[in-house]
Order: sequence, then C-alpha cells, then structure tokens
Amino acid sequence: MNQDEEEIYQEHVLDHYEDPYHRGSCDNATHEHEDDNPLCGDVISIQLKLKAGRINEAWFDGDGCCVSQASASMLVEELEGKTVVEAQRFAAEDMLKLYGPRLTPTRQKCCLLPWRVIQQALFSPINGDDDSDDNHFAGPSLGEES
Amino acid sequence: MSIANSEVSLDAQCLRADFPILGTKIHQDKPLVYLDNAATTQRPRQVIDCVVEMYQEHYANVHRGIHWLSDQSTDRFEDARKKVQQFIGAERPHEVIFTTGTTAAINLVARSWGDANVGQGDEIVVTEMEHHSNLVPWHQLAERTGCTIRHIPITDNGLLDLDPSDRWLGQRTRLVAIAAVSNVLGTVNPLEEIIARAHAVGAVVLVDAAQSVPHAASEVTALDADFFAFSGHKMLGPSGVGILYGKENLLDAMPPFMGGGSMIRRVRIDGFEPAGLPAKFEAGTPPIVPAVGLGAAVDYLNQVGMTAIHDHERKLTQRAHGLLAKIDRVRMIGPSPDLKTGIASFVLDRIHAHDVAQLLDRHGIAIRAGHHCAMPLHKRLKLSASNRASFYFYNTLDEVERLAEAIQETVAFFAKPRKRG
Repeated sequence: MNQDEEEIYQEHVLDHYEDPYHRGSCDNATHEHEDDNPLCGDVISIQLKLKAGRINEAWFDGDGCCVSQASASMLVEELEGKTVVEAQRFAAEDMLKLYGPRLTPTRQKCCLLPWRVIQQALFSPINGDDDSDDNHFAGPSLGEES
Repeated sequence: MSIANSEVSLDAQCLRADFPILGTKIHQDKPLVYLDNAATTQRPRQVIDCVVEMYQEHYANVHRGIHWLSDQSTDRFEDARKKVQQFIGAERPHEVIFTTGTTAAINLVARSWGDANVGQGDEIVVTEMEHHSNLVPWHQLAERTGCTIRHIPITDNGLLDLDPSDRWLGQRTRLVAIAAVSNVLGTVNPLEEIIARAHAVGAVVLVDAAQSVPHAASEVTALDADFFAFSGHKMLGPSGVGILYGKENLLDAMPPFMGGGSMIRRVRIDGFEPAGLPAKFEAGTPPIVPAVGLGAAVDYLNQVGMTAIHDHERKLTQRAHGLLAKIDRVRMIGPSPDLKTGIASFVLDRIHAHDVAQLLDRHGIAIRAGHHCAMPLHKRLKLSASNRASFYFYNTLDEVERLAEAIQETVAFFAKPRKRG
C-alpha cells in the first residue's frame, strides 16, 4: 500500500478501525448523543463523562464504514482530557486534519459524522443528570443552551 | 417479461467495441470494469452519433414550426415514440408518453390519476422491495387524500410473500404499485399473478419497469398492465427521457398533470381545453434529442436481441453467484440466479459496503454501495447498506472473475490483524 495523501486507508486509520480507542459504553456517563448518516447507514453514538467543564472520559460506539469508525476512535482519543470549550473549538477542518488522508466530499461526510455527534453530545446531558458538576462552570448551563 | 427457453448467445467482446467508454483505463493502467448498470448503462456509438447528428442536422422544436427543420425534428421525435411503442408491445403510439424518467412518470400517475381517483379510506398497495421513487409519490398522495398505504411483505430470500393475499388486497384497493424487478435484489416479480388479482378487485396496476425493460422483452398489452414506467438512461439511451405507458381509456380520463404549451387544444383568457393524447401529458418543450436517442437505443437493443441479452446476463449472474459465494465473509442477498435478472448483491461480514466499493474502485471496478434508494428493503433485511454488482450484455465472464478476485483481495486487506502503535 502506498502511504501518500491520496491513500485513505493509511496504516494509522486501519489501526484505529481494527483496534479502536474507547469503543463501548462509558460508566456513569453524563452526556450522550447518537446520530446517523442515513445515506450510507453509518451510526455513531458518543458518551461523555464531563466534570468541572472538562471531558474526563469519552467513549464511542457505532456501526459503519472504516472512515466513520476510525475517525470516531481518533476523535474520542484526541478530545479526552480537553475542556468543553476546547472541544467546541475543535472545528471540522481540525477533524479532517486529524484523520489525515485527503477525502472526497462523500467520504468527508463519513469522517465528520463522529465530530457532529460529539459537538451535540457536549450539549446533551443524560436525563436526570442535570444537577451534576458539569453544568456549574461559568456561563449558562449547556442544557439550557441546547 | 416473456422469456424464451432456448438459449441465444451474443458476443459481448465484439459488442463492447461499440461502446467508447468501455475502453477507458483508470488509475493509470486498470481497464474500467463497469458493473453499475442498474444505476445507469453506457451508450453505444450508434446512440451517441444519433444525438450528435440530431443536433447538427435535424434540430428544431417539435409540433410548432411551419418550417422544414421543425418537420424534420418532429418526424424523428414521433418515430422514436413508435419505436418505443413497438418495443414494449403497446397497441397505440399515443399510449406512450415522453417524460423525463421513471420518477417523473410515476409522479404523473400519482398526481393526475391519483388525485382524481383516490380518496380518504382508499388503499394503495406497494411492496417492501420498492425503490423510493415508487414509494414517496404514494406517500405524498396519502398526505393529500388521506388514503392508506399497504404493502406486500418479502421473504428472507427476497421474494414477494404473496401468501397472505387478503391482508394487502381488498375492496378499497385502488392501485397496486409494483416493481417488475427489484433494483437491489434483481428479483423478478410475478406480475401476471399480481395484475390478475388486482384487477379482480377493480384496482389498477402501475408497474415500475425501470429494471426490467432494459434486460428482457416487454409486452405491456399481453401483460395487461395499466401503467408502465421506465427510463431511457438504463437502456443505452440518453439521460433526461423516460416513458409512461398507460392504457388509452385511463389516460383519456385523466386530467393533465402539468400545464403549459403543447398540452392544450385551445386557451382562452379565462380557461383552457386540454389537448388529446399524448400531448395532454407533454407540456412544454419535451426532451427532443434524448427521445430520438432513445429510439436509436431501441434499434440497437432490437439488433442484439432481448432474449440473447437476458440469457447472457443470466450466465454472468450465475458465475458471479458461484464465485462470490465461495469467498470467506461474503453473503449473497436475494434469490438464486434463476429467479432474478443480472444483479448480484452481497455484503461482506464486518466490512462496510462503502469500504468495499472504495477498494474495488482501485481495481478499476465500479459497483454501487449503499441502500440503493430502497431503505425499507434494507431495514427488512436488517442491513444498513449493501453492495450491488449489476450487469449488462456488454459485460464479460472475465469481468465477473476480476470482480471475484478483487473482493478476495478486499477481504484479505481487512483480515490483517492490527494494533494501534
């Protein structure tokens, strides 16, 4: 396999696909969101444990193509430990850069699905968890904003 | 579809010479293996030349100008209608309406016939294997009229489950909308039986024939279909033209769907009288050149022979099933090759359809991956997406073997154990 930028299945991508970071469910998650890409059937759910405005843990689960699943693994690994504000600032272009290989517009949708889901998860507290610490940082609560 | 028993052969390798695009090499040196024919077919030189000649020598608007060029154009346009009429076994040329495609044809029926004949509490019957274009127009009709959509379920093998007939057919059934051939599974549906049963309760039948007309002989009159819709681009013709066949008495009784030029007999400042058939349903300037090109495509198909086309595609499908089913992680979807047309659909265990298609593309092989505009079918089969290789008469057994080899390599590519470093 050549490893140029046209190669969308670079080794590090396949490694994340076959041996993902934090795939499964997060114990005591405070926030979660799930979405799909109906055109291709990719599904990604993300669970977060937020504490004091920081992502203590990030987990994903899902079903779909190599691009969507590998990018989810890369994303939760990248954003774990970051603050909510830092995660919000992590833009679509940052996600495409993190993925690495250049993608056609169709495959960019696969790559950006986990990114869309995590951006929404940051604003989606799990029911009954509205009083948890994560809503207590400065500014309006995430629950109120969403 | 009437299918002769005796096998007729054709020389695919020889016919390929008529299709300039099939000689293309992609990704530097890979011969293009085009196996996405259920999405759209390629065009032979004869059709391309006809289109060019039409623009260069005979083009003007139709049914309008009192001048030589308009007569030339109109003659060719109406000739194409007659060619299509004979090709599908319709009784009269004016039962053949030029539309922009199958989707437009079905929407025409849903809007015109549907709004005039369907009311609250009436029922429209579809099947679980329909393409979205034969579902959504009926959903929209239900939104407008309050009618109910019922469906014929499918079996795990991808055949219509016609046993519990009384569950889907009743005295309130107004129309049955059914694909002649499933665009995902290739399943050939028993149209004669369904049409007879629908007619017995007074329902009319619309056949989505987009996947059948290009691949086997059609006889709409013998079939007793009420409406019959298909596209030019899936049968060697240009894109932008399709056909709605309708029985004369039904079309006559239907109100026009779109208003504009051509479709009127007379316009007053406060009203209009519609034209007769077929103009009543051809408002505005029609797809003149695509229609003439479709006529050339029909000539070409007649020359090759629909029986030979059908038999050749069956051989390709049988070989594809034989080779693919042996590959580790491959699961074929749909019925056995003798119950379907030239479509081989499959999934690879734990390898998403898009990844399969992307890796096959590196071998120069074009297949379709996704839900193929049939989401309810995929939900029924518990699949998020599938792969579809679809053949036409210009495909060869050699290409089927290259497909199988490339799938094998795809499986090997993902089989390598990996750990993040």
